[in-house]
Amino acid sequence: MIRVWLPAHLRTLARVGSEVTVEVDGRATLRSVLDALEARYPVLRGTLRDHITLERRPYVRFFACEQDLSLDSPDTPLADAVAKGAEPLLIIGAIAGG
Amino acid sequence: MSRVRVLVGTHKGAFALESDGKREKWDIAGPHFPGWEVYHMKGSPADPNRLYASQTSGWFGQLIQRSSDGGKTWEPMGNKFAYDGTPGTHKWYDGTPHPWEFKRVWHLEPSLADPDTVYAGVEDAALFRTTDGGQNWQELPGLRNHGSGSCWQPGAGGLGLHTILLDPTNPKRIYIAISAAGAFRTDDGGTSWKPINRGLYSQYIPDPDAEVGHCVHRIAMHRSRPNVLFMQKHWDVLRTDDSGDSWRNVNGNLPGEQVAYPQKDGTTKKFDLKGFGFVIDVHAHEPETIYVVPIKSDSQHFPPEGKLRVYRSRTGGNEWEPLAKGLPQSDCYVNVLRDAMAIDSLDKCGVYFGTTGGQVYASRDAGDSWAAIAQHLPAVLSVEVQTLS
Repeated sequence: MIRVWLPAHLRTLARVGSEVTVEVDGRATLRSVLDALEARYPVLRGTLRDHITLERRPYVRFFACEQDLSLDSPDTPLADAVAKGAEPLLIIGAIAGG
Repeated sequence: MSRVRVLVGTHKGAFALESDGKREKWDIAGPHFPGWEVYHMKGSPADPNRLYASQTSGWFGQLIQRSSDGGKTWEPMGNKFAYDGTPGTHKWYDGTPHPWEFKRVWHLEPSLADPDTVYAGVEDAALFRTTDGGQNWQELPGLRNHGSGSCWQPGAGGLGLHTILLDPTNPKRIYIAISAAGAFRTDDGGTSWKPINRGLYSQYIPDPDAEVGHCVHRIAMHRSRPNVLFMQKHWDVLRTDDSGDSWRNVNGNLPGEQVAYPQKDGTTKKFDLKGFGFVIDVHAHEPETIYVVPIKSDSQHFPPEGKLRVYRSRTGGNEWEPLAKGLPQSDCYVNVLRDAMAIDSLDKCGVYFGTTGGQVYASRDAGDSWAAIAQHLPAVLSVEVQTLS
């Protein structure tokens, strides 16, 4: 079970609380977690990643265990603490706009 | 008794203002989608309870929302807008090729006959259509691929397809307009398109009477006369009486100023320009009565002399009268954006417009007098109205 923390606007959109859980097969990576998240909440498709290229939207950032994962390869394995549910994967809307 | 519902898209959410046919007292519902930009919201002429909204965000992209109960509840629909084939490039601001990239939906135009069919005008400019109520969207690629697409350049607000007019007498005919490419028409339901910009003259582009490249801000039509169109261009108001095959200037006595533009030979020439603005609309029952809101210039974007005035022509242009009763006549520096005016079909018709200062003004007497029906909304991006029986 992997815990995912969503920003406020996407909680409203998906009609969930601040944290949701997903299951992934095999090694947990950003890609596999986002795939599982979008499969469970299809309304989130296109809001975190581009529909076609699956690239991260520019103002969406990923953090876990006090590390910024946003620029990592989406196939980099997530830390064991995230994979085991001890720590959440944080999805953050970048602070921008003043 | 008739009712009126005004749909207001703002920089930070959507609002619905409702009144009975007297249009004296208004109830404001919202914000829907708080914190998101709502570029446009419009009801289906075939089913007034069916509403569509374009909800967008710099962070989380594009959403399409649909209501089937007149805006009480909303449901997110499909948000995948994929260009047909390999998108290619258009021109960037500096003239270099730039890949076509979807950014947002500027305008939603529901079919006149089918509540599940909606056209979407998007940035970067293209026309999409859904026939399943918004679940899936397909591009009508003949517009971008008709020949000039690679030469289109964005206006200051982006390369947006902002106007979609459906001919009520001919379902195969659609007019669209793009900033800053110009106006286009299809006569075969969207398969093929042609530019309809003959007669447009733009001092600020390298070839002032080019086939494409004009900064068209808005086009309006009266449903009884779909071959007559009225255009608010960057600096001009124009009309066509032949479905866009030729246009003529009808600025007349609109306010204006002298503006200097560089010429091909390296010199600078001054032009007396009138009629800069964004919105234009047509009276519900008088096809020769039109409305615009002149703005001081393309760099200042606020009303001349700090006085907010709607200008009305009862002669299809050229002769204009300022309408100021009930509108602020000092220290007013708001703008009225291109999709932010609408007209109901009651008698006398109501005219509505929203400002970047968050006011929505309404006239119950076809423009003779005005009152604010909302005063403290976020900046208004769009206004539509439904006349309900």
